[in-house]
Amino acid sequence: MYEDWQFSRTQRAFSSSGEWLKRFHLDSLLLTGIGLLMLYGLFVLYSAAGENVRLWQGQIVRFVLALGIMVILAQVPPQWIRRVSPALYVIGVGLLVLVAVLGDIGKGAQRWLDLGFIRFQPSELMKLAVPLTCAWWLHERPIPPSVRDLGILLLIIGVPAGLIAEQPDLGTAILVSAAGVFVVLLGGLPWRIIATSTGLLAMAVPVGWHFMHDYQRQRVMTLLDPMQDPLGAGYHIIQSQIAIGSGGVFGKGWTNGSQAQLEFLPERSTDFIFAVVGEELGLLGQALLLILYACVIGRALFMALDARDTFGRLAGGSIALTFAVYVVVNAGMVSGILPVVGVPLPLFSYGGTSAVTLLAGFGILLSIYSHRKLVR
Amino acid sequence: MARLRVKNAVLEQRVFLHRTAFAASIVGLLLGAILIRLVWLQVVQYDYYTALSQGNRVRIDPLPADRGIIVDRHGTVLADNTPAYQLEITRERVPDLKDSLHRLADLRLINADTLEAVYRLVRASPSFRSVPLRLSMNDEEIGRFAVRQHQFPGVEIRARLARHYPNGALGVHALGYVGALTDRDLERIDRNIYAGTSIIGKIGLEAAYEQQLRGSSGYQQLLVNAEGRSVEHAGGVAHSLDHHAPQAGNDLALAIDAKLQAVAEQALGNHRGAIIALDPRSGDVLVLASTPTFDPNLFTRGISTRDYRLLADSLDRPMFNRALRGTYPPGSTVKPFMALAGLEYGVIDPGYRRPCPGWFHLPGSTHRYRDWKKEGHGSADMREAIATSCDVYFYALADLLGIQRIHDSMTHLGFGSRSGIDIPGEQAGLMPSPAWKRKAYKRPQDRIWFPGETVIVGIGQGYLLTTPMQLAHATAIVAAKGRNFTPRLVTGIRDAATARWRKLPPVEGERVHLKDEGNWDVITEGMIMVTSSPRGTAFGAIRGTPYTVAGKTGTAQVFSIAQNAKYHEADVAERLRDHALFVAFAPAEAPQLAIAVMVENGGHGASVAAPMARAIFDAYLLGKFPTPKPMPLPPSTPQKD
Repeated sequence: MYEDWQFSRTQRAFSSSGEWLKRFHLDSLLLTGIGLLMLYGLFVLYSAAGENVRLWQGQIVRFVLALGIMVILAQVPPQWIRRVSPALYVIGVGLLVLVAVLGDIGKGAQRWLDLGFIRFQPSELMKLAVPLTCAWWLHERPIPPSVRDLGILLLIIGVPAGLIAEQPDLGTAILVSAAGVFVVLLGGLPWRIIATSTGLLAMAVPVGWHFMHDYQRQRVMTLLDPMQDPLGAGYHIIQSQIAIGSGGVFGKGWTNGSQAQLEFLPERSTDFIFAVVGEELGLLGQALLLILYACVIGRALFMALDARDTFGRLAGGSIALTFAVYVVVNAGMVSGILPVVGVPLPLFSYGGTSAVTLLAGFGILLSIYSHRKLVR
Repeated sequence: MARLRVKNAVLEQRVFLHRTAFAASIVGLLLGAILIRLVWLQVVQYDYYTALSQGNRVRIDPLPADRGIIVDRHGTVLADNTPAYQLEITRERVPDLKDSLHRLADLRLINADTLEAVYRLVRASPSFRSVPLRLSMNDEEIGRFAVRQHQFPGVEIRARLARHYPNGALGVHALGYVGALTDRDLERIDRNIYAGTSIIGKIGLEAAYEQQLRGSSGYQQLLVNAEGRSVEHAGGVAHSLDHHAPQAGNDLALAIDAKLQAVAEQALGNHRGAIIALDPRSGDVLVLASTPTFDPNLFTRGISTRDYRLLADSLDRPMFNRALRGTYPPGSTVKPFMALAGLEYGVIDPGYRRPCPGWFHLPGSTHRYRDWKKEGHGSADMREAIATSCDVYFYALADLLGIQRIHDSMTHLGFGSRSGIDIPGEQAGLMPSPAWKRKAYKRPQDRIWFPGETVIVGIGQGYLLTTPMQLAHATAIVAAKGRNFTPRLVTGIRDAATARWRKLPPVEGERVHLKDEGNWDVITEGMIMVTSSPRGTAFGAIRGTPYTVAGKTGTAQVFSIAQNAKYHEADVAERLRDHALFVAFAPAEAPQLAIAVMVENGGHGASVAAPMARAIFDAYLLGKFPTPKPMPLPPSTPQKD
């Protein structure tokens, strides 16, 4: 009896905290997943950054900032978000063009706008603006989308993706396109079109090869045969596989990864942090991480399913799936089954604005999910 | 049927559900694929990647062995090791080898002339191995490099032990020297034994005893980061790595007496010449001097092309080991050995007196072979003929013996063959015979041995050529009454592992037996008269010693200018002068030291060579060293003990 009482009390406390969270349009399950990922990420980053406390603190500051943005966005009603989406999109494309022009002047790759206090990447904004705008476009229209709608959607996705790929930032271009394409797919694109375009895409590979930058081709070649140039282009992939492989099932122990600590592993605290997990915490550590990611993705998809309207479902689903793309592309690249593209491991990789973008996305998802009952 | 284009919320929701489920399963499949990949890497391929990771973080650093030191018979250090700062390069860490070498040459840290050779040397070494570019750097050069170190990845200064010869040039022709390993050396050595070492014995003892002296390199494993820099630890990665201590080389104890060697070199002074002093009881080489000398430390520091050319192109050929490689007509020093042959073959009696009119001619010939003393020596028996160096007596003796018997007898004393001293490069000289002449010449008329050629061999001229070492060796055999010890420099080896000295027994060759062993005394008496009889040719030089010297002077004519054809006009006259020679042993009753002195173009053996031998006898037998200082040391090198 006593135990029952205690259990119910815990349950009550838990559900009351859930109630409390709900009042702020937050979801306890998603938040738990994100929170665990962040803590896990900070734990690994401390070791991956070579116990550089300042870098580590920088990441905490970023997380706090990103969480703040998420909470704020969660309070905004989804219809507001829907209405500002096209404006956001237009601004984003404008900034991309500006960056491209400035980049031409400044020569070489240009991805940032230096606003003095912060270096802002317009392509990050597009990761959200593109799916939101696609969802906005499909919101009022019936499904499956008409050919004309598809053409417009292709334009909405293609323009910014092209601009970003030109920067050149293939990783972000992929993420932006994926985010947009997910909206279209979830919006009921007929299977035959999906099959046809997949086929066309496969045929377009040689054409795409033709338009690739040398370094991008190199990356593909390197994936196919990393030993061809073990100290040059193949170095990243080889060293990261050595790091993961030598970790074994249980890992070498936290801060004990020789590949990471002795800097054989390049970009160990950013794009290749997944290899640090593998080296120091082993297969178990990586499996735990992938399970955590799967939980967050699953919860996010479930929340999107529960959305009250087309915009909410499509935008929410796209946000959830884009998050999955991050995980799959990064983990695939680090473990050597996908080419090296600049996609960070969400909530693990140090720096950049990806944490802010990701949590902003989750903020929108929360807003969509928590405002659904108001209308029903 | 036209599709109704209106929004259908229920249909939309169902489509969305299906699509989401589909997408979720795709994501699940991809995550599963990644997980399988991870299992492959971390479980199946675990050993493979563990080995790679180990290879990544561990660098094997060679620990060079200390080269064995060399001491003289009294323990005076002749060659040891001193710390020196070396400039070293590791090829695999250098982005552009040629460019780096050029920039180092621009900084005057390596010699621009040797760039090509250095480049080849570095290319010939394994890419991970550190190769010395400079063997010894001074403070100013170290500073010049240190401030620019960041511009030279893969190049660094390392403290190493360098070979050092504390007495500078003293005994250099016995010691030899070490020099930088060249790419040619690398082809024939075991690189693992020499790992981290940059020097190898080039000539002399350093080359002959290379196996003993070099030791064997060890290694240690270092924890390195991706830049190849050694680190104590990084994160929790600390080292528990292998350490394999190097095995030091063995030390050598020489028969050389450094003080006596200094006396000899000082006595030779600015002459070109050679002195050998042997202990006839063991073959120990107490002195092996050849002048001019040179400082072997030049080579251990990595000799500059300029310095090398100065040495190599010098007319006086300082790098030429005259004691072992110089072949000269022995002149009158050969007479005691001729006399021995005469007695041995019974062609002459010691008491037989022969008149000496000042010239000799062969029967049926009018050609006169002149005595060095125009008016002749009157009549002389064998002992007197040796003492006064009567040419006519030995012309006649040679004629009586004939060249074949001269050849056979003198071959037993070591003429015409190498003495077998334990350093390389010795010449065999030439002990002529009709058989030799048949082989040596092409034209038939040149291949005939003429009696006149025998006559002049009797006074150590003609085809006969000997090295100073052969003269000393033959003299030692006479002094030991036939006992024949192979000359040797090394008398003991200290095993580095056990730290024990191992004495090497003297190497005794086949004893020279005479039909009448009393003949040794006849020869010795004649040689004693050389220095003690007022008529003896070395009476003036050796007079007044408390010990008895048995000796023989020699003055050899120079028929032709030596191989090196580039001569200045002014030098020609000097280089046509006679070679001065002297062989001797003392004390005559119980010989302790046998000496051969040869001074190129020195003039008379009695006046030039004999006093040099006396200086050595005085020092060795009486402890009387010439003033001002016993050991001429170069001012730069600090004197040991």
